[in-house]
Amino acid sequence: MAKHETPLLDQLESGPWPSFVTDIKRQAEKKPECWDILGVLELSYKERITHWKHGGIVGVFGYGGGIVGRYVDLPKRFPGVEHFHTIRVAQPASKYYSTANLRQLMDLWEKHGSGMTNFHGSTGDIILLGTRTENLEPFFWDLTHDMGQDLGGSGSNLRTPANCVGQSRCEWSCYDTEEACHHLTMHYQDEIHRPAFPYKFKFKFSGCPNDCVAAIARSDVSVIGTWRDDIRIDQAGVKEYVAGNYPANGGAHSGKDWGPFDIQKEVIGLCPTECMWMEGDELKIDDKECTRCMHCINVMPRALRPGADQGATICVGAKAPILDGAQFSTLIVPFMKISKDNDFEELIDFIETIWDWWMEVGKNRERVGETMQRVGLPTFLSVMGIEPIPQHIREPRSNPYIFWKEEEVEGGFERDIIEFRKRHAA
Amino acid sequence: MGYNPEKPMEGRISDLGPPHYEQFFPPVIKENKGKWLWHEIIQPGVLMHKSETGDEVYSIRVGAARLVSVEYIREVCDIADKHCDGFLRFTTRNNIEFMVDSKDKVQPLLDTLASHKTSFPVGGTGAGVTNIVHTQGWVHCHTPATDASGVVKAVMDELFDHFIAHKLPAQVRIALACCLNMCGAVHASDIAILGVHRKPPMIDHTRITGVCELPLAIASCPLGAVKPAKTEVDGKEIKTVKVTVARCMFCGNCYTMCPAMPLADPEGDGIAILVGGKVSNSRSAPKFSKLVIPFLPNTTPRWPETVEAVKKILEAYAAGARKYERVGEWAERIGWEMFFERCDIPFTDKSIDDYRLAYDTWRTTTQFKYTSHVK
Repeated sequence: MAKHETPLLDQLESGPWPSFVTDIKRQAEKKPECWDILGVLELSYKERITHWKHGGIVGVFGYGGGIVGRYVDLPKRFPGVEHFHTIRVAQPASKYYSTANLRQLMDLWEKHGSGMTNFHGSTGDIILLGTRTENLEPFFWDLTHDMGQDLGGSGSNLRTPANCVGQSRCEWSCYDTEEACHHLTMHYQDEIHRPAFPYKFKFKFSGCPNDCVAAIARSDVSVIGTWRDDIRIDQAGVKEYVAGNYPANGGAHSGKDWGPFDIQKEVIGLCPTECMWMEGDELKIDDKECTRCMHCINVMPRALRPGADQGATICVGAKAPILDGAQFSTLIVPFMKISKDNDFEELIDFIETIWDWWMEVGKNRERVGETMQRVGLPTFLSVMGIEPIPQHIREPRSNPYIFWKEEEVEGGFERDIIEFRKRHAA
Repeated sequence: MGYNPEKPMEGRISDLGPPHYEQFFPPVIKENKGKWLWHEIIQPGVLMHKSETGDEVYSIRVGAARLVSVEYIREVCDIADKHCDGFLRFTTRNNIEFMVDSKDKVQPLLDTLASHKTSFPVGGTGAGVTNIVHTQGWVHCHTPATDASGVVKAVMDELFDHFIAHKLPAQVRIALACCLNMCGAVHASDIAILGVHRKPPMIDHTRITGVCELPLAIASCPLGAVKPAKTEVDGKEIKTVKVTVARCMFCGNCYTMCPAMPLADPEGDGIAILVGGKVSNSRSAPKFSKLVIPFLPNTTPRWPETVEAVKKILEAYAAGARKYERVGEWAERIGWEMFFERCDIPFTDKSIDDYRLAYDTWRTTTQFKYTSHVK
């Protein structure tokens, strides 16, 4: 593979942000197929259109996911990327690595692939970008035998679950997101690797309502940490914030002078439920009014902490807009204990109840959130065996079109028109 | 030893799953998991977490390109070996975090990062712009309406001062997806850069029979614009599809199902800008991003129109929003009419929803502001 002239891409080598062009050029010195990545990309910059063809089914024996087929539409001109398949490697929870592990994976990818990667893909996997069909099995052999690692998900299956940094380095995480994510990932290896669903299905685990892994926006089952007792207050810490001795919001506003910290304006005044007030120099919270939004805790991390009776809120059905529009997950279970002590049994039962139903009624390429819309939330709750409560809705319906069931109406639906006409002339 | 193509099933191992996370914890993380009390960002890009044991961990956050090479990862490993006992982590937004267990180890690490020829920008914390989550674009995808890495590079070069500082009213999350499939899930971002198509699919009648399940292609269209049809190819009548152009919303779902219906086009494709989304439940509920600029051209290699639009929105927000207020919260407080005026964005009918549930977004109150839009 020869170098190509890349006058357009070369303009992306200047500026302070890391340049992927510079990086690909460096890799091309060792892996000449990378010159063809640059060549075809330069052509796309010139013509303003992609040169990658529609997929193609490739994979490793026994798996229906984990590898995405990709071919260039000008293979003679860019032979180095004639086949350019993507391999998804399942990432460890919270994306911690040892350098020994990363170096070994990089050696494998240098041996079997292009040397280009994504750290990480949107769903969370390590993405190894570009290899030939004949390299797939040898790579998979080395990945499993030499490293004890595995592919992630693609297609209509359970996608590789992901979680926030959790209790390993965050004081707000209300359950062990790493353990929950890892445990369920291991529990559902078959569902990750062998597509059996109507469409993709995602779990994401966030430790608190700040939702750093964006569970509520993009996962079919969103497990978001919360608590059900009182916010823990350290009044001495409150005094330090009021006195200006601790930086508000963990120092997040340090680059601009916003004036002295004003607890009334910045904390009490921004509380969405107006459930906080000062009594002398003590901060008071009416916790039964609190909706656990995290704002006060975010602003005063050295004075306020989530309550100690912790678990998660379970929401269901988020997705991006294709096709019927974007959906956030809908609150289904207000509070569930999330614990390894019972192997996450309650959560697993919940997930499998959804799957049993969705695999039966879900249409081809219909996310569970769309199935929920199609059948209605009352039907979904009934399928889940969950009693409807006001927490399930933002507000009651404003139309009167209730789908009454026959058994709910006294005397049922069967009536006699002849008897009716005897009393009511037409 | 290795894979033997003669006996493909022999010795095969499967369903191992990911490695257990705990073996990759730096010692200070392992010892203090679940014991963290509070944190503080001691300077942009450097977080300190304090444990109830008295231990501290300092995390140095570094922006990465996401599209990175084996050589780059090895360079990152060299730094982690030198300063971090051979451990590191990545964030959900493509940043790298190097962790050390005492404050006196921070500056030497920062010095090492600054000394490399490769750019390792430290930042992405607090009330600033962190790394842009994004998709593959022209580097690797078959459906994109724009590139991803190049647009991100151009935007981040321009907004770099906000990556390394805490000058904004709140954190600003920018995301890019190169088509409506939104692998990047940009629909809940403060500022979303979205690749859009504007020309209906072409029908490749000579290919459609071999590569396409016609009923799936027809069913893929949410608006019923793809219909069964017949045509003649090489004197033979074949079954194919036709597209009712007036109904097409350019989502590309038909092309996803049928390779014989390509719709990408140099003039048709470009970028839409959506703003005001958020994921966090802090103060207000999560919000979707709203479309404020329907189309900007793919001006390679640096997308000046897109960079300018993002910058203008960010500057108007920085000037007008209150402390803690996210872009969407600011827009809702001042009203969307005022948002368009403050950002100097022309309002067009393209920002008025006419898809399903559109009525939810129409204004049904007499409350409005007299901006320049009211003639």
